Amino acid sequence: MAEYSVIGTSLAKVDAPERVTGKATYGADLDLPGMLWAKLVRSPHAHARIKHIDTSRAKALPGVKAVITAHDLPSLPKGATAPLVGEVSIDMSAIREIVMASDKVRYHGQVVAAVAATDPFIAEEAAGLVDVDYEPLPVVEDVLQAMQPDAPLVHEDLHTLEEATQERSDQPSNVSTHMVYTRGDVEAGFTVADAVVEKTYTTQMVHQGYLEPQACAARVEPNGRVTLWTSAQGHFTVRTQLVTLLGLPASQLKVVPMEIGGGFGGKALALFEPTAIVLAQKTSRPVKLVVSREEVLRATGPGAPAVITVKAGATKDGKITALTTTMRYDAGAFPGSPVARGLLVGLAPYKLDNMVAEGFDVLTNKPRVQAYRAPGGTPAAFAVEALMDALADEIGVDPLTFRQKNAAEEGDTLPLGMPLNRIGLTEMLKQIETHPCWTTPLEGPHRGRGLALGYWIGGSFTSSAEVKINPDATASIFVGTVDLTGTRTTISQMVADELQLDPQDITITVGDTDSAPFADLSGGSRITYTMSAAAHQASQDVLTQLKERAAEKLKVSVDEVEYQAKRFRAKNDTRNEVSLSELARESVAWGSGPIIGKGSTTRMQPAHAYAAHVADVEIDPETGKVTILRYTCFQDVGKAINPTQVEGQIQGGAVQGIGWALNEEYIFDNGELKNASLLDYRCPVALDLPMIETVLTEVPASEGPYGLRGVGEVPIVPPGAALANAIYRATGTRLYELPMNPERIFWATRGNGTNGSPGTNGSGGA
Amino acid sequence: MKQAIELNVNGEPHAALVDTRETLLDTLRYKLGHMGPKEGCGNGNCGACTVVLNGAVVNACLVFAVEAAGADVTTVEGVAAEGTLHPVQQAFIEHGALQCGFCTPGFIMSAKALLERNPNPSEPEIRLAISGNLCRCTGYDKIVRAIQAASQALSQTA
Repeated sequence: MAEYSVIGTSLAKVDAPERVTGKATYGADLDLPGMLWAKLVRSPHAHARIKHIDTSRAKALPGVKAVITAHDLPSLPKGATAPLVGEVSIDMSAIREIVMASDKVRYHGQVVAAVAATDPFIAEEAAGLVDVDYEPLPVVEDVLQAMQPDAPLVHEDLHTLEEATQERSDQPSNVSTHMVYTRGDVEAGFTVADAVVEKTYTTQMVHQGYLEPQACAARVEPNGRVTLWTSAQGHFTVRTQLVTLLGLPASQLKVVPMEIGGGFGGKALALFEPTAIVLAQKTSRPVKLVVSREEVLRATGPGAPAVITVKAGATKDGKITALTTTMRYDAGAFPGSPVARGLLVGLAPYKLDNMVAEGFDVLTNKPRVQAYRAPGGTPAAFAVEALMDALADEIGVDPLTFRQKNAAEEGDTLPLGMPLNRIGLTEMLKQIETHPCWTTPLEGPHRGRGLALGYWIGGSFTSSAEVKINPDATASIFVGTVDLTGTRTTISQMVADELQLDPQDITITVGDTDSAPFADLSGGSRITYTMSAAAHQASQDVLTQLKERAAEKLKVSVDEVEYQAKRFRAKNDTRNEVSLSELARESVAWGSGPIIGKGSTTRMQPAHAYAAHVADVEIDPETGKVTILRYTCFQDVGKAINPTQVEGQIQGGAVQGIGWALNEEYIFDNGELKNASLLDYRCPVALDLPMIETVLTEVPASEGPYGLRGVGEVPIVPPGAALANAIYRATGTRLYELPMNPERIFWATRGNGTNGSPGTNGSGGA
Repeated sequence: MKQAIELNVNGEPHAALVDTRETLLDTLRYKLGHMGPKEGCGNGNCGACTVVLNGAVVNACLVFAVEAAGADVTTVEGVAAEGTLHPVQQAFIEHGALQCGFCTPGFIMSAKALLERNPNPSEPEIRLAISGNLCRCTGYDKIVRAIQAASQALSQTA
């Protein structure tokens, strides 16, 4: 493998100085001359027909410049779609209803109207003056209840799609899609098993918890074009959606990416931008829309909950003989839960000769879920990895050996059909064997150690980069991918090595939709992976152009030119040389022309990411509180371009998973969220946690110039089961429901060992 | 109702006409151009708006602007002295203690205040001091390490 001097080092984030000094500009930091403030009007019912909306009192308030309802949005044919990424399209008629409900609200907090006013206080007051006449309807909140034939229908005209046949059910239903993947003969597999374990696991709705509430601003320019500033995860993706939603040609929209204060999948869709634009068009003034934290939690789109049944059998020597699973994912009020990803993530670590994997996408009167880091993966891995632990226990094989005996390898076929290219699962499990986090005895009462695996397929899709040489022999990179947590830095490192430049001689700009080359949104652990190919290609393009110019000067053929230490030399006469400085200087001189390199990739094969977490916990038997004593994350990262950033991704993802496992949950009452604040929806704080150890495995991915794998998603996948398995070893009690908060552990260890506290549906609220 | 107030921000005198319902955070951001403090929650739960008000570490979203009349306020923009980053800022950069950066201004303020009252804090003391600041990207590990490093750097220069 090639030697690198910048790749593989922990270069400080190139955009850190503006962040530590408060100078980075996020969506809400926009302050445009003449700007109006928007405020959304939201439904107080989880399910109701909208009989009438009267905006006259709101419009009459001095300072109010516009009030809009769904009638002010362009109408859309039902089933209108827009491409999201790859083959995935989104139903834009559903998105339009989330932007603003037309005839019916399907979750508490759904937007029904919006106002624009000269200051935020007037906007808020006006929002309260929009009179909406609702006819409340019965609410269905629980995923299992929603699947019953007599459940209230979230959509009266929705019929279940049978994925295999593409046929729809005769009767309307809350099940939007049903899918089944089978392999081998599970009956035969269970027959030869020495032990079979079957359990059902439940997880709650959770939130991504990005610190920055959604923010955008729109302005209609004098020539009629619309400029939109947004803190979304992909400005080209937002543009694509707006083209369909608003009927504007792409050329009439300029979308400017602002710094983004975390997204984790929750800022992929254009849920607020259409409103800002329509208000700006109505008022001929710039309009800013910033949502409150309460709105963020209540109705922007949380992570999906699930009820998952897993049954698996194994022989005494530790080999899995058959597995069946039924995964029911709650999509909220519109179709599109990540149930297929759940099936994939849960089963991908294992060789499964006999398997039935069944999934249901189920609708309820809850906010439509959005992606959340490794979408669908965390509930699935909680279920499968806790069950594997129980099965290993049943046959008396230790949990690591059990995983090693059944670990997927290159050439195996994933549960949904794709063959695995090169993966590092076996190598990673080998590292655990001898690591102190696994070999050090855990002594003392009420303590236990748990292990669980995780998987993420890794995103691909389109990324592009332009690299140009500046007259002072530095390079500028231009991309259209939003930097969520550090991709400016990793892309800079790649180009620095390719061009043999110091990293301080590289600048990188994330450009708007008018100027930057097209890219899909940032998410799915795809940017560093796909940009490695695009940036490599753009850099090689630059070098090729420079070598052509050098060849002319050196009077040799291009093949005879080599580049080293910022000099181009003839291979056979190294004194015959020209410096990069000279070529760069000349590139802006008359008669020469600039050096601009281009790179683009659109369809790389997946770089599968596997992880394993080992948790040591101590349980307070009086209160049920879990203290994490030690937490270690193993992960095959392919190649760590920037080890500090890779560790940071792993630590952050693991802690989100820990929060999901131990604290976080949406608590509903008849469809209304009862804990819509960051005090009552409790994300982990620094006091809740130990240091998070990371151990990197580097088995190169099959594709890409550096062998790297995307790292961001998979660390959120294993914590639920790693902690559940640790809690079992500390208490002798298995828990089947997240979050494993003190109350739930308290009751479970006192004999209610199935699900939740007595007399509740498991929400844990007393 | 509007009210005129005067206050010092990062050592500079300012005057503003504020709504009596307006928070100090809104005034700093939209009247005085200090966009460093961020609003993550608006009710004191997340710490992204942390500033120092007359020597006390506060959430600017929980202070009415009119309450800050005559006050001395330090925001993240006032931490670097004449273009030189404070050791806490330097340590955050060097130790990878930020990702999206939205919570960072609040953490810088809390960490600097901690080291001013306790130059050599233990890990639990650091974790306690930043427990009013939420970060969703880092898992806090590198933030704690950065504050430990800043503590060392400050004790070497003291």
